[in-house]
Amino acid sequence: MKPGTRRAVGLALTSLTALAAFVIVAVLAIILFNIAENGAAGVTWTFLTQPPEDGMMGGGIFPAIFGTAALTLLMTVAVMPVGVLTAVYLHEYAPPNSLFARIVRVAVVNLAGVPSIVFGLFGLGFFILFVGQGMDRALGHEEMYWAQPGLLWASLTLAVLTLPVVIVSTEEALRAVPMDHRTASLALGATQSQTLARVVLPGALPGILTGAVLAISRGAGEVAPILFTGAAYFLPDLPTHLNSQFMHLGYHTYVMATQSPDVEATRPLLYSTVLVLLLLTFALNLVAVIIRTRTRRKAAGAH
Amino acid sequence: MEQGLSQPLVAPSLSPAARRRQLREKVIAGLITLMAFTGIAALILIIIFVAKEALGLFMDAEARHEASLSKMFLAQDVPVGRPAFRWQPVSKVPKVSMIPLFVGTLKTTVVSMMVAVPLGVFGALFAAEFAPRRLRELLKPVIELLAGIPSVVLGFFALMVMSTVVKDVFHFDRPLNAMLAGLGLALAIVPVIFTVSEDALTAVPRSYREASLALGATPWETAWKVVLPAAAPGILAACVLGFGRAIGETMIVLMASGNADVISWSLGDSARSLSATIAAEMGEVVVGSPHYSLLFFIGVQLFLFTFVLNMLASTWTRRVVRKLTGGAA
Repeated sequence: MKPGTRRAVGLALTSLTALAAFVIVAVLAIILFNIAENGAAGVTWTFLTQPPEDGMMGGGIFPAIFGTAALTLLMTVAVMPVGVLTAVYLHEYAPPNSLFARIVRVAVVNLAGVPSIVFGLFGLGFFILFVGQGMDRALGHEEMYWAQPGLLWASLTLAVLTLPVVIVSTEEALRAVPMDHRTASLALGATQSQTLARVVLPGALPGILTGAVLAISRGAGEVAPILFTGAAYFLPDLPTHLNSQFMHLGYHTYVMATQSPDVEATRPLLYSTVLVLLLLTFALNLVAVIIRTRTRRKAAGAH
Repeated sequence: MEQGLSQPLVAPSLSPAARRRQLREKVIAGLITLMAFTGIAALILIIIFVAKEALGLFMDAEARHEASLSKMFLAQDVPVGRPAFRWQPVSKVPKVSMIPLFVGTLKTTVVSMMVAVPLGVFGALFAAEFAPRRLRELLKPVIELLAGIPSVVLGFFALMVMSTVVKDVFHFDRPLNAMLAGLGLALAIVPVIFTVSEDALTAVPRSYREASLALGATPWETAWKVVLPAAAPGILAACVLGFGRAIGETMIVLMASGNADVISWSLGDSARSLSATIAAEMGEVVVGSPHYSLLFFIGVQLFLFTFVLNMLASTWTRRVVRKLTGGAA
């Protein structure tokens, strides 16, 4: 190839790849701008604190915000101990080249790739029909109490879905704790569990928190798994029990966007709901990024 | 690491306190190991309980008649005469052909791949090879932000904003169609393809690039003929992962595809995907009915498709790492 052609091809390829990167960023900007522009005016104090009115043509979205918060809180409480301890096993306790650890890793990778709607089916088949019915039978409930969609089952379904997120980020956090800290603790006569509780876990805490926040932001936005495990179309009352159905920001968005009798009338409310959901997930992601960069800087400063 | 702790030299002389301590350590280690089972258990329970509900199709005589495998996968005479494939499980004579669902899923997935693969891979190549460090450090969090958008929001955006644009640009009759769903899906899988490709590209050792540049190759020749081929299995893995996500993604297709069971290869027609069918119909189905089992059977198929794709992707990712670390050492 002549030098001129070479340079031209090089320039073309470089601009082509730059264009691809630019298109991705531009699309993101368009989405954010469109939603912010159309939704911002409607996000008022009343909107955030009132229940919907007039067949969801007016009022606010407080029950949906509350439902989303309750759901993700329960999910976090369920997923964190299991996820963190699984990661602790993989990084601190598993013998090197352990077959069991390898199988656990493969399972976690595959769990991360299972479609979210299949988690919904699993929640229905396992939690509601198997565990729920079993509990009703064991407790002697005449009517369905546990064997119906509700807050608890939806939370547990989401907990299974976010398990890989927590395991992977906790393992990364454990890897960042210097080996010296462990050996120093053990040399002072501490047992392995004491080392874990007083040295390793506190050292990995920021990373573990990052994992928690990422899991929450992922779980808060998922709709498919809660479609038939607990989300409800319209409930002006807040959920009071673990078996209550609940409203959810994402499900509310889906229902209003696809089943509203008058899309034009609900459009402003819909945009504001989407904006709230988006701000919520972005705020959580941002918190995760901040914790991560802070820890990295601290780790870099220590060495 | 814990050699001195777990193998005391003179076991009998341990004090009772030390023995208690040892016992406690064993119990804690056992509990932590037990926790590690949950990942495996979850995966196994998912397949068992989804398959268990699908089993009704094969166990129950009525269901076997209403939704036999031949009715699902072969052409049926509907109503009489012309063989056809229809998915109408709630009509008087239920028609349960899976073929329209396969066609719909394939159509939306292929559209999304045609858009997302070039964007994701080229974007990653730009970030890894050509972009100045500052720009690159900006690009990564921006794409993470895109990954953080809930899919219901992307579905909403496709439905409210993109639908009119797509309809006008391509002169389609319907606002909701396979093309729109595919483009919406592309938004969801671009971040996956970008991130995994970028990881694979940055894993290529510096020495490869330096050797290529030292031989007189230009930066783009190095990127195109050295770095890209070296990272090829990883990029393939990225595409396979993206493909798996696109097959399983539910909300975007549910909101943007129009959900009609038509068999056509036209992108302007509505499409009905496997995942969206479950989401749309499970709410109104009678527990234990043939239709109910059928939806779980679709779930089993989705699980198996994505399981195979994930295994392929992780094998290829490992191959990149082994090739590059083994080759360099």
